[in-house]
Amino acid sequence: MSLEQYAQFSNYAIASATVVLGLAFLAYLVQWAVARKVAAEPVLVAAGGADTAVESPSEETETRFTMAGSIGYSLTSLAALVLLAGLVTRGLAAERVPWGNMYEFGCAAVMCALIAYLALVKVWDIDWVGSIITGIGTVVLGASMLVYVPAGPLVPALHSYWLVMHVLAAMIAGAAFVIGAAASALFLVKSRAEKRTPEEARTGMLWRMPSAARMDQLAYRVNAFAFPVWTFAALISGPIWAQYAWGRYWGWDPKEVWAFITWVVYAGYLHARATAGWKGKAAAILCLVGFATFVFNFVGVNLFVPGLHSYAK
Amino acid sequence: MSEKTKKSKGTSLAPELGWREMLRWLWRQVTSMRTALFLLLLLAIAAVPGSLIPQRGVDAQAVQSYFARNPTLAPVLDDLGFFSVYTSPWFSAIYLLLMVSLVGCIIPRAILYAKALRARPPRAPRNLLRLPVSESLETDASPEDVVVAARTALRGHRVDVVTHDDGTTEVRAEKGYLREAGNLVFHVSLVVVLVGVAAGALLGYRGSAVVVEGTGFSNSLTQYDEFSSGAWFEPDDLPPFSLQMDDVEARFQTTGEQRGAPRLFRAKGSYTAPDGDTGDFDIQVNHPLSVDGTDVFLVGQGYAPVVKVTDPEGNVAFDGPVPFLPEDPTYTSSGVVKVPDAQPYQIGFQGFFLPTAVTTGDDEASVSVFPAAANPILGLFAWTGDLGLDDGVPQSVYVLDKDGMEQVKNEDGSNFRISLSPGQEQELPDGTTIQFVELRQFARLQIAASPGKVVPLVGVSVGVLGLILSLAIKPRRTWIRARRDGSRTIVEVAALDRVPRGDVTGDLDDLLERLALEAPKEKAERA
Repeated sequence: MSLEQYAQFSNYAIASATVVLGLAFLAYLVQWAVARKVAAEPVLVAAGGADTAVESPSEETETRFTMAGSIGYSLTSLAALVLLAGLVTRGLAAERVPWGNMYEFGCAAVMCALIAYLALVKVWDIDWVGSIITGIGTVVLGASMLVYVPAGPLVPALHSYWLVMHVLAAMIAGAAFVIGAAASALFLVKSRAEKRTPEEARTGMLWRMPSAARMDQLAYRVNAFAFPVWTFAALISGPIWAQYAWGRYWGWDPKEVWAFITWVVYAGYLHARATAGWKGKAAAILCLVGFATFVFNFVGVNLFVPGLHSYAK
Repeated sequence: MSEKTKKSKGTSLAPELGWREMLRWLWRQVTSMRTALFLLLLLAIAAVPGSLIPQRGVDAQAVQSYFARNPTLAPVLDDLGFFSVYTSPWFSAIYLLLMVSLVGCIIPRAILYAKALRARPPRAPRNLLRLPVSESLETDASPEDVVVAARTALRGHRVDVVTHDDGTTEVRAEKGYLREAGNLVFHVSLVVVLVGVAAGALLGYRGSAVVVEGTGFSNSLTQYDEFSSGAWFEPDDLPPFSLQMDDVEARFQTTGEQRGAPRLFRAKGSYTAPDGDTGDFDIQVNHPLSVDGTDVFLVGQGYAPVVKVTDPEGNVAFDGPVPFLPEDPTYTSSGVVKVPDAQPYQIGFQGFFLPTAVTTGDDEASVSVFPAAANPILGLFAWTGDLGLDDGVPQSVYVLDKDGMEQVKNEDGSNFRISLSPGQEQELPDGTTIQFVELRQFARLQIAASPGKVVPLVGVSVGVLGLILSLAIKPRRTWIRARRDGSRTIVEVAALDRVPRGDVTGDLDDLLERLALEAPKEKAERA
């Protein structure tokens, strides 16, 4: 294939991946909706109790619940595969790693988050964050189209193998951050519900999920993984590259400032989890704030704040 | 940071506190985890304005234009240090307090850790089965066999075996000592990083200079356009190296939507090191030249038309390259030619250089449509009079002081306009001629030394290793108690994590399996 054909294929693949991921998100939403029906089930059982030939509504709902979940997972896997194809062909079209500008970073970061999610579902059964991950993934992929740039070579400042490591580390950390944020958000909802919802009213998706304590544990695990990776991206490989490209290892460029802020907030999160009075709710909020600073660094700083890291276009 | 925070009980006793107690109280406050956490968050918030308001150390020009746009607000912000946030007293206060808190935390914890390193694993709680993760079982094996099996199963632990007077054998095991070591290493390395950064800033220097093809640069203060240095740096310490610029190359994308985007910048030439060694250089973005502890970076480039000015008396008053500074991505550049030696009066030119000039209409001004020099045009206006160079006030070479000068006009009173392609010349009404001899390029070099920059790098790298240890290692205590009961042995096993994170229950099951004993007689209740 020629470079143009690769580029064309990549565009189609990434657009398709966005649609498939959107469908995965829908499937997970359907799963939530089905789980809500579990609440109304006693009435249904009473109404349909006489007919023994058909499956009981509770079993049927259970089947539909499981099916919606596995459709969501399968579609997410498919979206990841198609997205991978899109990124590989993008790399072939541009003859470099496919994460050199905002559009590519958005797509590649979603790729990392999807791979992390799909793998962790197998290891720790984290399918309960599926709707949040696929939802955010769809939004990021869709929004990336707004900053689309045709495949091509990069400005001289990006001609460095540090592009591979620095940006890859930032994306891997970002993938873990998004899972941690999803877990922390659900932790806040769940821990509140655990305190307030009476035993008999505990129906619906929320009670299909693990306990708040386990959600908090997942958030901590992924953030504890992400923090050293982020340290490498923001405070080791970034400064080394900045030294070569700009002649100083740290210059308080807006991107650097926000990378530092993210680092400090996550450092605060890790400390908060070990501090009386900060465990639980406050720590989870810090985790969400940390993720928000990461997102602002990607969107706000790229688009609205002038600086050296102006690679949106 | 200290994990235990004691509630301050000093408040009610405050009137009776002596200064010594007061200091101790203050110290405890500063080094508490809560304070550290608060300072961390404060640091994050304090860093925000520096990314939204232009900073002097990052872009001084942006600060000037901010002043122009916000004439009332800017001076207030300036007084509060908002244009140099990261060197402002309040930002410094936060991170210095954080460092104090850090040191106040590291020292006691390091002492504790040194003691813990030599300490033996702690004795088992009286009732092992009361621990959340515990089991008891019966076996035919003797307590001695249980101990042997335990030692194998608990490889990597620090193990003590104690036999009590009542014949009970107790195995005490602990592992995960490296967690706290990693934690301490990480926090110490943060201090190292900060010290390294501070030293580099105090001892280092940084400047930029414009060097035109065919000219040279020698590393002395007068050759710099901009120069800044740390408080402990002496300008006499500048290493006396020199550069000769032979060729500046810039390539741009010529097709597609990214037309005009830069693709390659490079500067080639030769250098002479302070010790007399010479060599060739090929500096590109991301590939600086290192000479005697100083790095030379290529941070920009542009055009320097060679201009020759002959005064009405026929003397060549000026002949040389004049750098025009690029102002936009198409390299529309502005610049000034000062001719102090022209007779009978001084003459100055100010205007634009367009690398690829295109005119849309007869009366329209030309614009540059591409950054490479495909159709270079030099467009200037001229002034005659006094350039003001002898006033003793330092002047920028890029600004024409028109106070003592008069613009050269046509007979109809309109401004006299000069428009030249390479090789062309034009005569002014007074007989002065100006020639655009040829086009050269210049490189903007940044020359910087930050001594000891390897210190923060090593610091943060070692710190990350420590961080990984402190986050990945699970410190765990395991106790096994074996007691002979008739012909059988009753074994109690319990495990406790000091950082509640790992899968203790699963690990305990695993341990029991590795102990290779019989199935549990009864499952202890798990909390």
